[in-house]
Amino acid sequence: MERDTHFILGVYDDEDVLLHAVEKVRGSGVKIHEVYSPYPVHGLEHVLGYKRSKLPIAAFLFGMLGTSLALTMQFYMMKFDWPMIIGGKDYAAFPDFIPVSFEMTVLLAAFGMVGVFLITSNLKPWAQPRIFDLRSTDDKHILAIDLANNSSLELEKIKKILTDSGATEVNKKSFD
Amino acid sequence: MAHHGEHHYNLDQRFDFTASIKKSILTVLVIGAIILGIGIVLAMTGGHHEEGASAGEHAFHWYERLYASLWVNNVFFTGIAIIGVFFFAIQFAAQAGWSAPILRVMLSLGNWLPIAGVLMIATFFVANHDLFHWTHAYLFDQNDPQYDKIIDGKGAFFYWPMEKGTFPLFYIARMVLFFGFWVFFFNKFKQISAQEDQLGGSSYWYKMRSWSAYFLVFFAVSSSVSAWDWVMSIDTHWFSTLFGWYVFASWFVSGLSAITLIVLFLKGKGYLEMVNENHVHDLGKFVFGFSIFWTYLWFSQFLLIYYANIPEETVYFIERLSSDVYGPFIFVNLGLNFFLPFFVLMTRDSKRHGVFLKLVCTILLVGHWIDFTLMVQPGTLGHNGGLGLLEVGMFLVYGSLVAYVVLGALAKKNLIAKNHPMLEESYNHHI
Repeated sequence: MERDTHFILGVYDDEDVLLHAVEKVRGSGVKIHEVYSPYPVHGLEHVLGYKRSKLPIAAFLFGMLGTSLALTMQFYMMKFDWPMIIGGKDYAAFPDFIPVSFEMTVLLAAFGMVGVFLITSNLKPWAQPRIFDLRSTDDKHILAIDLANNSSLELEKIKKILTDSGATEVNKKSFD
Repeated sequence: MAHHGEHHYNLDQRFDFTASIKKSILTVLVIGAIILGIGIVLAMTGGHHEEGASAGEHAFHWYERLYASLWVNNVFFTGIAIIGVFFFAIQFAAQAGWSAPILRVMLSLGNWLPIAGVLMIATFFVANHDLFHWTHAYLFDQNDPQYDKIIDGKGAFFYWPMEKGTFPLFYIARMVLFFGFWVFFFNKFKQISAQEDQLGGSSYWYKMRSWSAYFLVFFAVSSSVSAWDWVMSIDTHWFSTLFGWYVFASWFVSGLSAITLIVLFLKGKGYLEMVNENHVHDLGKFVFGFSIFWTYLWFSQFLLIYYANIPEETVYFIERLSSDVYGPFIFVNLGLNFFLPFFVLMTRDSKRHGVFLKLVCTILLVGHWIDFTLMVQPGTLGHNGGLGLLEVGMFLVYGSLVAYVVLGALAKKNLIAKNHPMLEESYNHHI
């Protein structure tokens, strides 16, 4: 049997059942590809064993970039490019620069975070997402298992684990 | 995790104010009193070579420094006490569930309020002219060479309905009214909470929410006005429209730090076992967020005055920034109260682990105390101010007294509002 693009899907009705099912499935040594749910299920990343997102680090770095760009821009403009006296202060009056620096920090942190998120989540406009089960956008939670990652396990055994864990249906899905 | 297991916590636990804790607090009190004593002696003997008197100012007396120090601590610790009550009321107004086990800790800070009120009024009458320039009668006498038209124009705010320059009835009435109502609301909350303990049921929660709403409306007005009265009126000519918020923000951060420290202290002693890192995380977020809020107000006040450059407004910052005594402390103030909490508490882990929070909250308490010193001293002591042994000693004395009163009151009742309808929600709090 060709296992490369074949998935076994467990369909769940209830989020509590799903959370316990994920623990049971992982506990029996099955590697889960991904869980698709219509809404964020609290604690799901935890039971899936996901590591914490590194997004805050990206936000911090982009924020710092924003601060430095804003300060550089203002110093260059006010000190060298087009010096102006405003309110009787020096050309390069640091307190004046803080509001703009703050705004640029927030802007770049936000844009940077969104950009990094889109890239790491593979959400580019030309991406061809795999739809495992359309009902995962409506009222069902879909637990997907990639057979290629579980070659040591029998197909029937995986199906049984899913049924035992409370899945209402166990389906097979293949992609070309 | 979203597993709703059975919880068996001891809801009748009481904080045991043991002899060893009392001894530690009293040791700090004694050390503080000794430092204060040395500070007073140094101030008495060392203050004579100041050149202030020759420059046309009134002669400086050592006890003015003592009064200013008393006033700083009165205002600072009153703030911590009322913020305990305020944050308690906020939990009900916001229908918050996560905080249910630590409600009594918040409320316990209010036990300092009656003492703070007495101290505040007593200090006002003793210090009077030495702290508040506007108490001088000659400022309001048009025939006097020192007549001050601007202060005369503000006179009614202090003296109404009495004649200006006599007895500041309106000012005293506000002070009595604010403390009176704050203590009244505090007692009301305590009373409803005690009834809930005995009888249970959600009706007490609804009752508490109504009273919280009344209190919050009153506090919204009284916190601002008390900031004008007790702090801004020291620099009588000067005014800032966001000063009330600024003082409130400083109080709020200090109060949150105090609440966090007491919660961590109690957890360290083995109480409040239902309070886990998720609750601590929330407290940490409050401390982090309101440190930034304080900075926002500090900077908003500074930038507008700096930019507009109106002499009657800039005098406030010139007095501080260009002074040898206070100049460096402006940066200490910003460093301790903004940069440090901002960078240390930025990560999730540091907000969830007690070590970082204990460190930051302790520093914030000192930092905001310095903030209040910077608000009070320049207008009262001029270049004779500073942070010496006297100030440090007074801080330790006040701090240990407040800790003694608050922990003593905490030990008298159950630590947890055991019939609070949202306790179960709080057990399962997860962020």
